[in-house]
Amino acid sequence: MHQFLQQIFSGLAAGAIYASLALALVMIYRATDLVNFAQGEMAMFSTYIAWTLVNAEVPFWGAFLITLVVSFVGGMLIERVVIRPVENAPVLAAVVVTIGLLLIFNSTAGWIYSYTVQDFPSPFPDRPLFGALMTTRDLGVIAVTLAMLILLFVFFRFTATGLAMRAAAQNPDSARLCGIRVGRMLAIGWGLAAAIGATAGIMVAPVLFLDPNMMGGVLIYAFAGALLGGITSPVGAVVGGLIVGVTENLVGTYLIASQLKLTVAFALIILVLVFRPNGLFGTAIVRRV
Amino acid sequence: MERPLPAPAGLAADRYAGLSLAAWQKFGTLALIVLAAVLPFALSRYHVFELTMVMIYAIAVLGLNILTGYNGQISLGHGGFFAAGAYTAAILMHHYGVPYWATLPPAAVICFALGVLFGLPALRFEGPYLALVTLAMALATPQLLKYFDTWTGGQQGINLVKPMPPPALVELGLDRDRWLYYVAFVALLIAIRVAANLLHGRTGRALIAIRDQPIAAAAMGIHTARYKTLAFGTSTLFTGVAGALAAIVIGYVSPEGYSLFLSVSFLVGSAIGGIATIGGAIVGGLFIQFVPNLANDISDAAPWAIYGLAMLLFMYAMPRGVVGSLGPLIARLTQRIRAG
Repeated sequence: MHQFLQQIFSGLAAGAIYASLALALVMIYRATDLVNFAQGEMAMFSTYIAWTLVNAEVPFWGAFLITLVVSFVGGMLIERVVIRPVENAPVLAAVVVTIGLLLIFNSTAGWIYSYTVQDFPSPFPDRPLFGALMTTRDLGVIAVTLAMLILLFVFFRFTATGLAMRAAAQNPDSARLCGIRVGRMLAIGWGLAAAIGATAGIMVAPVLFLDPNMMGGVLIYAFAGALLGGITSPVGAVVGGLIVGVTENLVGTYLIASQLKLTVAFALIILVLVFRPNGLFGTAIVRRV
Repeated sequence: MERPLPAPAGLAADRYAGLSLAAWQKFGTLALIVLAAVLPFALSRYHVFELTMVMIYAIAVLGLNILTGYNGQISLGHGGFFAAGAYTAAILMHHYGVPYWATLPPAAVICFALGVLFGLPALRFEGPYLALVTLAMALATPQLLKYFDTWTGGQQGINLVKPMPPPALVELGLDRDRWLYYVAFVALLIAIRVAANLLHGRTGRALIAIRDQPIAAAAMGIHTARYKTLAFGTSTLFTGVAGALAAIVIGYVSPEGYSLFLSVSFLVGSAIGGIATIGGAIVGGLFIQFVPNLANDISDAAPWAIYGLAMLLFMYAMPRGVVGSLGPLIARLTQRIRAG
C-alpha cells in the first residue's frame, strides 16, 4: 500500500509537468486549431536560457522570471513571424511548419549548447515528506504548477485581456467586429503558451537532466494528456496530464517492464478514447452541412 | 475591360504543332518514363541506389496521400506500416528462404489487413485524436520489434542477401543495384497506375466527398465507414509494399530504422509534394531522400535546422505543396498563352 501511494505521488509530480505542457498545447489549439508540435522544443530552449542565467550566477527565481519573460516575447515573435504566413493555408501546411520549428529548435540548441547532458539545479531540496510518501521536490513541482494554474484562471476569468482572448478564440469574426485585435490576442496566446512551457521545462530539467532531446517524451505524454482530457478543454488538459502521469508510473511498476511501458500506457489511453471520442471533458463539435 | 474567354481545354481547336493538349501530356509522361529507364546507365551505382530509395519513398508517400490527401484522415503512424512490410519481407526471406519477389504479395496482404483492422477503431476518431492514435502506433513499433526478438532478431535486426538479377541479365552486365532500380521502378509505375484508377473514378470521388462534407456524403448514400476503412487499407497496402521493397534494396532491417521520425518524414514529404496529388508523391520522395543530405552539406553543425528551414520555406512559397501549387499555375499560364 505504501509503495502504491508512493507511485501515485511521484506520478502526480510527473503528471503536473505533462499537465503544464498539455495546457500550452490546448491554449494554442483553441486559438488556432493547430497542434503545436514545437511546444516541447520551445520549452527545452527556454530551459537552456534559464540554465545560462543560473550559470551566470543569477539567483534561481530571478533566472526563472527572466526566462518566463523572454519566452513570452519569443512565443509572440514566433506567432507573428513564423506562424502568421500559414494562418490561412491548409492545416497540414501549418502542421509541417511546426514540425520544421521543432527541428530548428532542437538542432540549434544542439549546435549552441552541444548534445552533452547537463545538470540542472532544482530550487527545492530533495527531502522525504509524510513518512517517505513523497519528496519535497515532488511537492514543489506540484505547488508551482498549481500556482500557475490559479494565475491563469484569474487572468482568463477576471481581466479584460483574458476576456478578449477567450472571445478571439471562440469567434474571431464577431470578436473583430467588437474591436478586439484578434491577431494580437493570438500572439499573446502563443506567448503565454511559451511561458507555460518554459515553466514545465524548468521543473522537469532537474529530474530528466538537460539536453536538446529532453522534451521529446514529455511532449508525447502531454499530447496524450491533452487529448485524454479533451483538446478543447483547459481543465481537461490538467486532469488528463495528471492521469497520464499516474498511469505511466503504475503501468511501469505493476504491469510490465519498462520496455513496453509506453505502448501499454498508450493502449489504455486509446481504449478510453474509443468510449469517449472527444476526451473526458471535451465537447462534441456540432457541424452544419 | 473585356477579356476573351479562355477556350475550354480539350477542344479540337486546341492544338500545338498538330497535337492536342492531352496528346502532349501523354508524350511528356512517356518521355519521363523513357528518361527514368535509361538514367541508371548514366549514373554511379550509389546514385542509382539513392534514386531507388526515392521511388520507394514515393510509393509510401503515395499511400499516405490516399489516406490523408484524398480522405482527410491524418496519420503519424505510417512508419509502422512501412516497418510491417519490411519485416514481412525480411522474415519470409530469412526464416523461410522465400525468393524476394514472392515476399511482395504477402507484405501487401498483411499490411492491407493491418490497415483495415487499424481503420476500424480509427473510424471514431478525427483530426488530432486520429493523429494521437497513429502516433501511438509509430512509437510502439520499435518497442514491439525489439520485444518479439525470436522473429525480428531484436536489437540486431536481420541481415538479408541482396538479390541478383536473373542470369540472362547478369550475362548482359546488369548489376544488383541497377536491377533493383528497375524492380522499384516497375513497382512505382504499377502503384501510380492503380492509384490513378482508384482516385480518378467513383471511389476517388467518394473519398473526396467524405473528406470535404462527411455528413452530406453519407446523406447521398456513400457508405462512409466502408470507404474510410478501404482508404486506410489501401493506403497501408502501398506503404507496406514500399517497406518490403526498402528491406530488399537495403538488405537490412532493424528497429531503429522505423522510428517516429520516419512517419513524420512521410507526412512532411506528402505535404511538400502536394497532399492530394499523385505526382506530389515523387516530389515528396525526392525531398525525403535528398534534402537531409543537402542540409548536411550546407551546415555540418546544425543540419536539421537547415532541414526545418527548408520545410518552412517550401510551405510559405507553396502551401499546397509543389505539385498542388504549381499545377494550377501551369494550367493558368497555358490558358493565357492560348487566349493570346
